[in-house]
Amino acid sequence: MYIDPHVHMVSRTTDDYVRMARAGCVAITEPAFWAGYDRSSVGGFFDYFRLLTDFEPRRAAQFGIRHHTWLCINSKESEDVGLSREVLGIIPQFLDAPNVLGIGEIGLNKNSRNELLILEEHIALAAKYQQMILIHTPHLEDKLKGTILIMDAIKAHGGISAGRVLIDHVEEHTVKPVLDRGYWCGMTLYPDTKCTPQRAVDIIEMYGNERIWMNSAGDWGHSDPLAVPKAQMEMRRRGHFESLVHKITFENPRSFLSQSAKFSAQPLTPTAADVTR
Amino acid sequence: MPESPDNTAPIRTKKATADAYFIEHRAKVLDIAAFLDRVDRAGGEDDYRVAALRVAISLLLDGKPERARRILELWSDQTTVPIGKAHMKGAVGCVDLSSSTDRST
Repeated sequence: MYIDPHVHMVSRTTDDYVRMARAGCVAITEPAFWAGYDRSSVGGFFDYFRLLTDFEPRRAAQFGIRHHTWLCINSKESEDVGLSREVLGIIPQFLDAPNVLGIGEIGLNKNSRNELLILEEHIALAAKYQQMILIHTPHLEDKLKGTILIMDAIKAHGGISAGRVLIDHVEEHTVKPVLDRGYWCGMTLYPDTKCTPQRAVDIIEMYGNERIWMNSAGDWGHSDPLAVPKAQMEMRRRGHFESLVHKITFENPRSFLSQSAKFSAQPLTPTAADVTR
Repeated sequence: MPESPDNTAPIRTKKATADAYFIEHRAKVLDIAAFLDRVDRAGGEDDYRVAALRVAISLLLDGKPERARRILELWSDQTTVPIGKAHMKGAVGCVDLSSSTDRST
């Protein structure tokens, strides 16, 4: 049994839901993200948020998987400040949806001034509506700088509790600064550009098992929606107790996400025939 | 296999670790060797990313711990001020070490 707390099912097929269910996935959270192209209007985001709050939870439920989501305009599109502010303006009407856990994945991409400005406005929105935050940290050579800028922006706001923020995509050079500041952190299991399952387990062994989770961040790029159960196998291969496997891949994400009363990892009866045939 | 008291790191020997991981990392070293040979056979100017890879390889053999962290820091943008405008979506994997400063590892 596991939770994948960061996966972009909008980019995945129903067959992936079947495979995840069979591998033991009981709950997921899906942050709003960049679709691979810049959306041309706020209407594109309105329809995307409808998909995340209506269609996707119904699709997941067929396979016994509880679907939750986070809303935002991703930093890859926030260079356009005007469009970003239009999107920020429509988010509040979706916050009461039964599966919305908070604001995310917000953060930085290339660490630009406009990205930082829109990040600060997202942080203010989260504070105003008392929402949790899921943070995206930049890729590759931009990650270290962006992670520090993001944490500084949250601190500068002053109205956000570190324990209600998860900073995602940490690697060996960012995990300690994130944990030291009191945030939760996520390790994304990617074939090439983030953590492999082996490195993620190394990080747990070196930095401990508190306030940390693993996710697949499965999306339209090179990614693997079964990355979390594969990391479970890596932990078992090394001889870790089943209690630690369960803590990292179920108890830790449940603890963080349960700060929202909307989160549930309770068993859900699958209804789709695909799960059994 | 027994676990350490903090329930985090199983107690493993170097031999057991090599038994589990040697073959896959033997293959990765050969991939890097073949990649560098491929670069040498290719024409054109030297590439800053390959240069950064060569510097990182030197860290593998310096005998110090936390190689993964230090290599990630080596390849990272060490500046602290936001850039004026994002001109691309993606990242390339490392900065140009010949034009950057403060390469603390």
